[in-house]
Amino acid sequence: MRHIVSKMIAVCGILWGITTVAAPFGDPDKGEVIFKKCISCHAVGTNARHKVGPQLNGIFGRKMGTADGYTRYSKGLIRAGRDGQIWDYDRLDAYLENPKSLVSDTRMNFRGIADENDRHHVIAYLRSFSDSPANIPEAAPTADAEEITLPANILSLIGDPEYGEYLGSECKTCHQENGADQGIPSITGWPERDFVIAMHAYKEKIRAHPVMQMMAGRLSNEEIAALAAYFAKK
Amino acid sequence: MTISRRGFITSTAAASAMAAPMLRAAGKPRVVVIGGGAGGATAARYIAKDSKGAIDVTLVEPTRSYYTCFFSNLYIGGFRSIDSIAHSYGTLASQYGINVVHDWAVGIDRDARTVILAGGAVLPYDRLVLSPGIDFVDGAVPGWDVTAQNKMPHAYKAGSQSELLAAQISAMPKGGVFALIAPPNPYRCPPGPYERVSMVAHKLRAENPTAKILVVDPKPKFSKQGLFEEGWQRHYGGMIERIGPDFGGDNVSVDPDAMTVSIDGSVEKVDACNVIPAMKAGRICDIAGITEGNWAPVSGHTMQSRLDENIHVLGDACAQGDMPKSGFSANSQAKVAAMAIRGALTGSKVFPAKFSNTCWSLIDTDDGVKVGASYQATDEKIAKVDGFVSQTGEDAALRKATYEESIGWYAGITADMFG
Ligand SMILES: Cc1cc2nc3c(=O)[nH]c(=O)nc-3n(C[C@H](O)[C@H](O)[C@H](O)COP(=O)(O)OP(=O)(O)OC[C@H]3O[C@@H](n4cnc5c(N)ncnc54)[C@H](O)[C@@H]3O)c2cc1C
Repeated sequence: MRHIVSKMIAVCGILWGITTVAAPFGDPDKGEVIFKKCISCHAVGTNARHKVGPQLNGIFGRKMGTADGYTRYSKGLIRAGRDGQIWDYDRLDAYLENPKSLVSDTRMNFRGIADENDRHHVIAYLRSFSDSPANIPEAAPTADAEEITLPANILSLIGDPEYGEYLGSECKTCHQENGADQGIPSITGWPERDFVIAMHAYKEKIRAHPVMQMMAGRLSNEEIAALAAYFAKK
Repeated sequence: MTISRRGFITSTAAASAMAAPMLRAAGKPRVVVIGGGAGGATAARYIAKDSKGAIDVTLVEPTRSYYTCFFSNLYIGGFRSIDSIAHSYGTLASQYGINVVHDWAVGIDRDARTVILAGGAVLPYDRLVLSPGIDFVDGAVPGWDVTAQNKMPHAYKAGSQSELLAAQISAMPKGGVFALIAPPNPYRCPPGPYERVSMVAHKLRAENPTAKILVVDPKPKFSKQGLFEEGWQRHYGGMIERIGPDFGGDNVSVDPDAMTVSIDGSVEKVDACNVIPAMKAGRICDIAGITEGNWAPVSGHTMQSRLDENIHVLGDACAQGDMPKSGFSANSQAKVAAMAIRGALTGSKVFPAKFSNTCWSLIDTDDGVKVGASYQATDEKIAKVDGFVSQTGEDAALRKATYEESIGWYAGITADMFG
């Protein structure tokens, strides 16, 4: 449902666009799959809330650095918004290709999507959650519902950051301490709750990655809380 | 130099006997790390970083540039430059305050707790970390010894050996034969020889498509065998032939001058030959007198030598139980050792040892596979807890994602080693 408009635009693009194609249109369904790379930090869809990064509903046409209630923007993104820059197709495309080339101090530690078509698919997917009279998202939310429902006693555990530091040394073989993403996503600076939920989702094999299922599988609730406490402070 | 059971260099006995008590007078506990590779660099960095200056850390490593063995096969395949797998020790010295000494350790006096360097310096220690990697077992492949490594490279220590092997493969005549002699267990990086075969095939398919690859293997089975064989069939059909022990792969000798390989008595002329002999702990472990057989046994709780509690042995050199000899394992063991050493020397908190390993291998462009496991320490050994391996028949997108993940891992582990 929510993809209909962008598919219509795609069709129109083909009909009219032989000489005037401005931006190529991607396939939002493919974009949804590729967007899995983003969901540890960004939610989109009904009730999407801010995570490590801002929620992305209505990103199209929004001033940069201005998502309501999101407080972790870099100076560069805020400045870009103040200068009147908006998230249009070209800027999103450049940002997704290499975030730091568009906003050098961005906190988005994502190495980018090299494949042009993949970027267009993701943008088409995001486009389907943007304001447009004919485009009210009605389908099931994608990433906003929590992946796993955890009992309050697990969510309220206070982790020991010193233990987290030792346990976290094991994570740093792959996940870089400074948060850089060169093929393996950043895990530093996550809100504790998101971290705990993600790790339990691996532990229960709801999230798919075999290395992470194995790593999370042998961590106790206290150990997950310790890791969350440690990485939240990084 | 004569070296006794205790690794005491008799010619300098008097000097070190004098030096030891004198140099240990100062207040800060001292850790000496021998070998700046996956195990040693990580251990030095973690001890220095987490003790925040309370422990004096010296890292002894002869080379100024460490070429990682991991991804050296990708260099041979043309996926990486040689410079991209070289790392220096600058940050460990400048940012972590580690004394980096570029020299060989040639002796260890376990009674005096000193390390003797080739340049003559004597370094006292409270704890010694040995992570010297591997050396080759003499006579393992009859006809080959290290003096033949320029004719028949091993390329199992990366750098100039990797470059030499790549050049020899490029120089093969059209339709020539490349042979790889695989080692018996246990050895560094179980999938390493087979990833190498894949990368050589990738290179030959582009440069010399009628060439042949002959793998001579003393082992009936090898790591990720199903995945490699499926990939070889799919990508390099007909190019690779493997001779296992059932056809005499365990009875091989070479003649580096004649460039021949003899398999169970039948002599093959080859154009390039990669000999990967049987391995043992880096020689300094023997000198220290802490080996049993080819390896140095350790306790999994702390990575302490079973023969000397002041010495921790990491990585390929140690015999610990179930972990494969890999860079990932060495890095993982280093963190357990670092925690135990800090606990012993400064009283910091000690937590139960946890280990893990994942080895990625590249079969062809965007066709990556992986195998991994997690481990815990028991009194007897480091024991496997759980594991996984890529499946045959996985789709291309997953294989590509696995390859991309390996690039992330490489960036991660080298940052974790060198800061
Ligand atoms: C082709 C190949 C591919 C590989 N791929 C992978 C992979 O994808 N993933 C993975 O995890 N592992 C991989 N490995 C394995 C990995 O390289 C080793 O397991 C790892 O390097 C072991 O670490 P280490 O600290 O024991 O030894 P090393 O990393 O070899 O370090 C030993 C260091 O000690 C120094 N040294 C030795 N003797 C002395 C002395 N007497 N005094 C001072 N210094 C000394 C050496 O110069 C060396 O720098 C691969 C290996 C090969 C050969």
